[in-house]
Amino acid sequence: MIGYIVRRLLIAVPVLFGVTVINFLIMRMAPGNPVDMLVSPKLPDAAREAKMIELGLHEPIYIQYWNWLKNLVVHQDLGYSMITYEPVTTMIWDRMGPTVLLMGVALILGLCIAIPVGIYSATKQYSKLDYVFVTGSFLGISIPNFFLALLLVYVFSIQLNWLPSGGMKELGSSGSVTTLIIHMILPLIVLVASVAGRNIRYVRSSMLEILGQDYLRTARAKGVKEFFVVNKHGMRNALIPIVTIIGLEIPILFGGAVVVEQIFSWPGIGQLTLSSIMNRDYSTLMGLNLVAAFVVIAANIVTDIAYAFVDPRIRKSYVGGSKR
Amino acid sequence: MTTKKPLLVVQNVKTYYPIKTGFMNLKTDYVKAVDGVSFDIFEGETVGLVGESGCGKSTLGRTIIGLEPITDGHIYFDGQQMDYRTDRVSLSKQIQIVFQDPYSSLNPRQTIGDVLAEPLRVHRIVAARDIPQEVERLLQLVGLPTTAKSRYPHEFSGGQRQRVGIARALALRPRLLICDEPVSALDVSIQAQIMNLFKQLQQELGLTYLFIAHGLGAVKYISDRIAVMYAGKIVEMGTTEDIFLRPQHAYTKTLLRAYPNPDPTKRSIIQRTQKGALE
Repeated sequence: MIGYIVRRLLIAVPVLFGVTVINFLIMRMAPGNPVDMLVSPKLPDAAREAKMIELGLHEPIYIQYWNWLKNLVVHQDLGYSMITYEPVTTMIWDRMGPTVLLMGVALILGLCIAIPVGIYSATKQYSKLDYVFVTGSFLGISIPNFFLALLLVYVFSIQLNWLPSGGMKELGSSGSVTTLIIHMILPLIVLVASVAGRNIRYVRSSMLEILGQDYLRTARAKGVKEFFVVNKHGMRNALIPIVTIIGLEIPILFGGAVVVEQIFSWPGIGQLTLSSIMNRDYSTLMGLNLVAAFVVIAANIVTDIAYAFVDPRIRKSYVGGSKR
Repeated sequence: MTTKKPLLVVQNVKTYYPIKTGFMNLKTDYVKAVDGVSFDIFEGETVGLVGESGCGKSTLGRTIIGLEPITDGHIYFDGQQMDYRTDRVSLSKQIQIVFQDPYSSLNPRQTIGDVLAEPLRVHRIVAARDIPQEVERLLQLVGLPTTAKSRYPHEFSGGQRQRVGIARALALRPRLLICDEPVSALDVSIQAQIMNLFKQLQQELGLTYLFIAHGLGAVKYISDRIAVMYAGKIVEMGTTEDIFLRPQHAYTKTLLRAYPNPDPTKRSIIQRTQKGALE
């Protein structure tokens, strides 16, 4: 098992390298550069040149990439922001907490809704409540998150004035747990709607498949009570494919964060990403890309390992080296 | 061997499935899987139940054990009427079933030990601390090594899995064992081993069998009496000898013709005559 994890981590290194190369190229192909954003257009060209040289942007692209990579590998340093001159590592680290908090709670809440609702829908297939849940999950999937977000802000912040429209705490206050929760409600509703919407359908179909399995009949024949037939024998097997879906959910949440954090001014990774794109802040963007790629790869590895834990058929093939 | 007291009495049992079609699933019609079946099984005997695929024999077996809701009719076990709506859990202690497919009927996430321990725990057959010993006893009973208990179903061959299925059914010490085509998914050489195991267990434990199969060949070896089922009804029932030598119903004769016997001198009279000659 440990050998397997090490092998997966080693494969991750060339993948990360490839991701950085492609990102670097795409970024430079986009029009504009940080100096345009930083320096007044009225300044003479000589001043612009000086700024370019200061930031190292006068070098050919491959040299620039090489410098970036050397800095990362040799000094474990992502460099400094071209706009704020803060260390990129610190910027990302400061923004990480709010994002992980929001996404983690959204993922957990979403699954806490999706799993019981999906199981209910499958066991009571074609009942009235099943139709309600399936329709609801369709709505959750179909509604664009920016639209739902704006709708919620309009209703709950502007019309009713019950909840704040953005931010993590009141301006000027140090922020308490209660205000944090109040500020989280609206972005959470948006994220949970899509997480739960997607996963209700996955859980339901996975459970429907398992409910037809012969071993549930065996469990009934043993005299196991129906509740345990469904929730012990059924659910544990139905969750095997769900584990994969949860692994895929993490990158989706990271991507969704860009829009939701922007609308709710949530001081997280997504907001930083968008402002860095706007400012052509190359060094910050490279750091963010690296983090995003790392999160996706890590989520995949964790999924594969979790898969082995929930399915003994796969676990054996890792531990024993060969099947059977 | 056969006493006069019927262990299981099946009276005019019907199992219908509604066909749900149309908007809002308005019930329109029924599949009559089992359509008015009556028979008795005496203590200690083996009744073979044969018929083609889809004739309702497996449904009948599952109805008896309470896995399918009974539409009409009565089932008496040991003189007591069973109400399947409430009694499924307590009934499972008296009547057990061995399923056809030994792989798909075992939960892939349970070890063999868990598979066998669960019914013991649910029904409190033995004290909790004695469960490991009882699991080992059951494994030995069906001819499996005791090391099997920490392994998973996918690590076993078809024959071994069916032994697990039999051990699981026997864990509750039932009096009647319904065998729903227990060997049809196995290789021919393994089939004989499992059939011998059934015979041996019957002698050791005094079990009563309802043995379901789609061909006469599989049940001839083990049955005292044979019931022939066709389209949800029992068309003929008699001793094994009667069915093989003096079949009455046209469908029984068709089944007999389909039963291959490599030794021409041992073929039944029906097989030696041309189709249609006796009808």
